[in-house]
Amino acid sequence: MISADLNVILPEIVLSLFAILALLGAVYTSKDKTGTVLVWATAAVMILLAIWIGMTGTGETRIAFNGLFIEDGFARFAKVTILLSAAAVLIMSNDYMRARGLLRFEYPVLIALSVVGMMMMVSAGDLMSLYMGLELQSLALYVVASLRRDSIKSTEAGLKYFVLGALSSGMLLYGTSLVYGYAGTTQFAGVMSVAQSGHTSLGLLFGIVFLMAGLAFKVSAVPFHMWTPDVYEGAPTPVTAFFATAPKVAAMALFARVLHDAFGNAVADWSQIVAVLSVLSMFLGAIAAIGQTNIKRLMAYSSIAHMGYALIGLAAGTQLGVKAMLVYMAIYVTMNIGTFAFILSMEKDGQPVTDISALNMYSKRAPGKALAMLVLLFSLAGVPPMLGFFAKFGVWQAGVDAGLIWLVAASAVASAIGAYYYLRIVFLMYFGEEGDDRLDGGKNGLLTGFLIASAVIMVVGIANMFGVEEAAIRAAATLVN
Amino acid sequence: MDHHLLSIITFMPSFAALILAVFLRGDDEAAARNAKWLALITTTVTFLISLFILFDFDPSNTGFQFVDEATWIMGLKYRMGVDGISILFVMLTTFMMPLVIAASWNVTTRVKEYMIAFLLLETLMLGVFMALDMVLFYLFFEAGLIPMFLIIGIWGGANRIYASFKFFLYTFLGSVLMLVAMVAMYADAGTTCIGGCEVSLLTHTFASETFSIAGITVVGGMQTMLFLAFFASFAVKMPMWPVHTWLPDAHVQAPTAGSVVLAAILLKMGGYGFLRFSLPMFPVGSDVLAPLVLWMSAIAIVYTSLVALVQEDMKKLIAYSSVAHMGFVTMGIFAFNQQGLDGAIFQMVSHGFISAALFLCVGVIYDRMHTREIDAYGGLVNRMPAYALVFMFFTMANVGLPGTSGFVGEFLTLMGIFQVNTWVAAVATTGVIFSAAYALWLYRRVVMGDLIKESLRTITDMTTRERWIFAPLIVMTLLLGVYPALVLDIIGPSVSALVASYDTALEAASAAVQMASE
Repeated sequence: MISADLNVILPEIVLSLFAILALLGAVYTSKDKTGTVLVWATAAVMILLAIWIGMTGTGETRIAFNGLFIEDGFARFAKVTILLSAAAVLIMSNDYMRARGLLRFEYPVLIALSVVGMMMMVSAGDLMSLYMGLELQSLALYVVASLRRDSIKSTEAGLKYFVLGALSSGMLLYGTSLVYGYAGTTQFAGVMSVAQSGHTSLGLLFGIVFLMAGLAFKVSAVPFHMWTPDVYEGAPTPVTAFFATAPKVAAMALFARVLHDAFGNAVADWSQIVAVLSVLSMFLGAIAAIGQTNIKRLMAYSSIAHMGYALIGLAAGTQLGVKAMLVYMAIYVTMNIGTFAFILSMEKDGQPVTDISALNMYSKRAPGKALAMLVLLFSLAGVPPMLGFFAKFGVWQAGVDAGLIWLVAASAVASAIGAYYYLRIVFLMYFGEEGDDRLDGGKNGLLTGFLIASAVIMVVGIANMFGVEEAAIRAAATLVN
Repeated sequence: MDHHLLSIITFMPSFAALILAVFLRGDDEAAARNAKWLALITTTVTFLISLFILFDFDPSNTGFQFVDEATWIMGLKYRMGVDGISILFVMLTTFMMPLVIAASWNVTTRVKEYMIAFLLLETLMLGVFMALDMVLFYLFFEAGLIPMFLIIGIWGGANRIYASFKFFLYTFLGSVLMLVAMVAMYADAGTTCIGGCEVSLLTHTFASETFSIAGITVVGGMQTMLFLAFFASFAVKMPMWPVHTWLPDAHVQAPTAGSVVLAAILLKMGGYGFLRFSLPMFPVGSDVLAPLVLWMSAIAIVYTSLVALVQEDMKKLIAYSSVAHMGFVTMGIFAFNQQGLDGAIFQMVSHGFISAALFLCVGVIYDRMHTREIDAYGGLVNRMPAYALVFMFFTMANVGLPGTSGFVGEFLTLMGIFQVNTWVAAVATTGVIFSAAYALWLYRRVVMGDLIKESLRTITDMTTRERWIFAPLIVMTLLLGVYPALVLDIIGPSVSALVASYDTALEAASAAVQMASE
């Protein structure tokens, strides 16, 4: 049966082999000069894998290695999102990294390895494979965060991320051991039969709580969010863009996987915890972002808030909720890729600028890009008719359906508060005063392309969402039944 | 099929905006001219098509007509349709937009973007009046903020940033509460369809049992809560005293065309919202809070009229007068009888013409002198006789002179409210006198007297373009003034159906209360 098992994880094997070969190839050749080639090659492999996974999905669930690894519609949806967003970020980062001498060949290799970890995470069917995927992902990310070795902020970011990440892994492991102890198995399917709503033993309950604390750290939900702003600010911008996209999808999908596959019969026990994480994240994200002057820090708080909204879908604990969460993440990732493409293109005299005030009257200098950014910002704020509103609407629908009206009401208020800081950027770009700190026009066609494409999707997508919704419905149906 | 007509007129302007955005290149004069002409032609054609709809419209049918339906994302439905109430607002919008574009002929900065903003705004405004799905309504309602925010912020006056922010945040905060209420309504009724579906919000009865929460007794229960949430949004949009303060700032800072759209159409969204949502869906809540709304309206009429008296800026004066006139509208709506509602709708339409014309009047002299200070003018009649005539006509219409549409609206609302609450009617009537005071005084200071100001010696009278802009407005104001049946025949059946369903709902609710107490 080993060949059947291997067949199931073929995409992961392909990507791992590619990463290893790339590493070897780069070591034995001209090292850093291969950076650009490797970036494009990695991105191409990821896109091909995404197409492969997306196209070959027959809809049935395949289980490998005695339940350690689950390949189902849900995993496929998450994997396609992860692969495509990782590829997009890689392509976007190429020029930026090369111009600053950061384009070492390790960068694409590490990204590829972390993506393998993420694919493992979303397919985990056992607490062991869950941890394996999570650590593979995290270890690669710790290194990438401190890629700029001569910068104090970047190394600080890497170290902070590592220390706090290790702490969260510890919590997660502690939770895992409790779950194992009280359920007698590490397999999700086994835990599922033990963890029944209302009959959950105290030890198992503690296990859930610790597991969730560890996962909340990975999705940067309040109160486990402290690392996010510092890491976002300190890491090189392309790395920040990466942090804001693929790992968030993976962590959120893993969250859903654990809650529904292992504790799907104990919804009442964890729904409240998720709801509290969600409401705290939304409000902290909205309020703390107001005072930020650095656009990367601002995006950190913005992502915290967005995770809060996505968590509403999980808190609902229903199929509709998972679907809404998946749609939310897909839209969120698209918006963030566009926004970071813009941030990457912000530079002055060849130096990157992250100060928001540098955007003063940007609409005069680059009207097209300013307009695209305006669309994205309104979409991030959830102002209709952009797609961002429908992302929120989806989770609200799920929340109301599950009777979480208070949570939905709170999130509507939080989104109104949050609108202010997005609006402030629009305000600077359009009505600010002409100053001397002009940004360069930003001639990078690739970044502009990503920015415009993302903005167009936000507007055109309201017609039918390009079929993402149907895919998410199918994906959610395989996870929750 | 003519069933797509509503969608066609809604999206035609944004289609033109797309063409402008994608195909029009360059910043030169030719490009600006093309943008203006394309916008003018599009809005005119939209108006002509909407005339077809009006002629095809059957007033005796109180249901929704020309319904256009399609499935959409997130389990939502795209549903558009008009009834006797909304068709008037649709017509008002399509009628005003060509005039607005024509009034913007002198814009020189970023002409292309300006026209795009206005074209998009037309789509969104039409969508608000036609949407038959709650979420679709919210979508259009909210999205309309974005172009208006930009119009004030980019093409506005010196203090435009403050004004645009105030505008955005006031209205956005109001609508968030409305959104929360919509979520609760969806949870309760299980549908977002406004009317005409198998299950629709208009036919759903929301709970109205009185309950206590945190020691506070909520008379009317859920309906009162929902009403208040919607009220937060509509009252700001209206605007009602005391949340009207964004309006004078927005009006003063907005470019002339922006003011016209704001006064003629955007302010009507609040009133339309009351008629579409608050009254029919929360009759008990409306009944409970009606005294509050009535007194707020009465205060608004008197207070803002007094405030208008002391203004030194012409646009600000007219803005305050708008708030006072909107007070008549809310008063008429919350009288809950045929005259009151007829009058309120009529007043909204008539105010759309008159206040728009007044802002255009200010625009005419602002274009020449670049000031809105009343003190900077005086004796304009000597150099601008045609202007003096037009300005006088609309001043009188604003005061409510019989023969103009302003009279019909005010009279009907006062008649409606007199049957319900004599005191409110009495207080509001004094407002009519104040309005005569501030409007005539404004006219005297700007137009009458000798021309002594040196700067005014060379001022020229209205151009042909300006005369043509005013002509349709004068015709409509007079026509509706002497033959109000034009409007009342269309809205009549829908309004009486609304009043009837409101009365039945109230009786049912009070019967239920009696049953419970026995």
